[in-house]
Amino acid sequence: MSDQLQLYEVFIRSSRGLDHKHVGSLHADDAHQALEYARDVYTRRGEGISIWVVASRDITASQESDCDSFYDPLDDKPYRHAAMYELPEGIDSL
Amino acid sequence: MKDNMSLVGNEEKFQSKVDAEEKVEPKDWMPEKYRQNLIRQISQHAHSEVIGEQPEGNWISRAPTLERKAILMAKVQDEAGHGLYLYAAAETLGITRDELIDRLHTGASKYASIFNYPSLTWADIGAIGWLVDSAAIVNQVSLQNTSYGPYARAMVKICKEESFHQRQGYNIMMTLMQGAELQRDMAQDALNRWWWPSLMMFGPHDAESAHSAQSMKWKIKRRSNDELRQQFVDQAVQQAQAIGLVVPDPDLVWNEQRGHYDFGAIDWEEFQRVVSGNGPCNRQRLAHHVSAHQEGAWVREAMAAYEAKRRAVPAEVA
Ligand SMILES: [Fe+2]
Ligand SMILES: [Fe+2]
Repeated sequence: MSDQLQLYEVFIRSSRGLDHKHVGSLHADDAHQALEYARDVYTRRGEGISIWVVASRDITASQESDCDSFYDPLDDKPYRHAAMYELPEGIDSL
Repeated sequence: MKDNMSLVGNEEKFQSKVDAEEKVEPKDWMPEKYRQNLIRQISQHAHSEVIGEQPEGNWISRAPTLERKAILMAKVQDEAGHGLYLYAAAETLGITRDELIDRLHTGASKYASIFNYPSLTWADIGAIGWLVDSAAIVNQVSLQNTSYGPYARAMVKICKEESFHQRQGYNIMMTLMQGAELQRDMAQDALNRWWWPSLMMFGPHDAESAHSAQSMKWKIKRRSNDELRQQFVDQAVQQAQAIGLVVPDPDLVWNEQRGHYDFGAIDWEEFQRVVSGNGPCNRQRLAHHVSAHQEGAWVREAMAAYEAKRRAVPAEVA
């Protein structure tokens, strides 16, 4: 494997109307080649109808170790959930 | 001639794809009118989410308790997010955010007329959450099956987030109805003012709806204005009764045969008046959006300048 090969992340839309989902990654020289490799590696059994490849180095990711400071303020807002609000008897369409 | 033939072929193929319930995705071929129709509908939907923050935002600083204030802020924050999801979905059709905002500001693009009514009392926040969000949800649930993939997926996300909006509104109404006479009157007054505009949210009757037939054929719309309105009425009347509110419609009556409520005539002249710009708050809503956009210009410029500077720094220094 040459040093120049880049890592690509592969996303596949399994059928129309669904989101592209991350399925894995692979090495390729360029995006076009990554697309062909992705086809060969990830869609041999009709797994998808559309592929996205994204150079891994272009992805900015949050760190799981930062979870507390990154998400913490969101945990104390139970009122964002419908279950917090009680309904009178007989009303269930809300 | 040959081009014409292939266009006809494309449209037929497109329609049979739609008929087979296959979703249309951004890079697929689509009739130009389908694209324009979608841009119109999705952007109108996006603008509604954003303009709808104004009547509710009006009460954030005056919410009766800290908890109600936090809840209202969380709701308004969600609406801003909904605007974003929808603008992003519209942009997949090849229009820019700037163009979309510009169309709102020039009046070329509309937003839900109901947000042109003022929120006069705290009970209005209850009525908006309960009625306006309920009406929006009835519509949005049906749009989870719309033919354009990005729009349908945005609807799925939005419907999930909406679930608490109507409940917090209904909870405000319920709490007021358990209070003193003055509070109960306030809740009833809010219902009186918001009921009919909520019914108008579903748009003209099916027979008079300008865009409906084509939108249904393309499966952009999945259920008709009147069907959706009926579902809303059936739900809301029950909910009103359960907490002791009276729906302000003397013609409202349960129709055993239809299994639905019959309701009185909607004042379409009022609807037209508000849609065409002469509701109580049309000018105020738009002027506020324009000024917020203009006052935010320096932030966008500062961000662009910072980004340009960052890019100009040679890589080894950065
Ligand atoms: Fe919303
Ligand atoms: Fe909402």
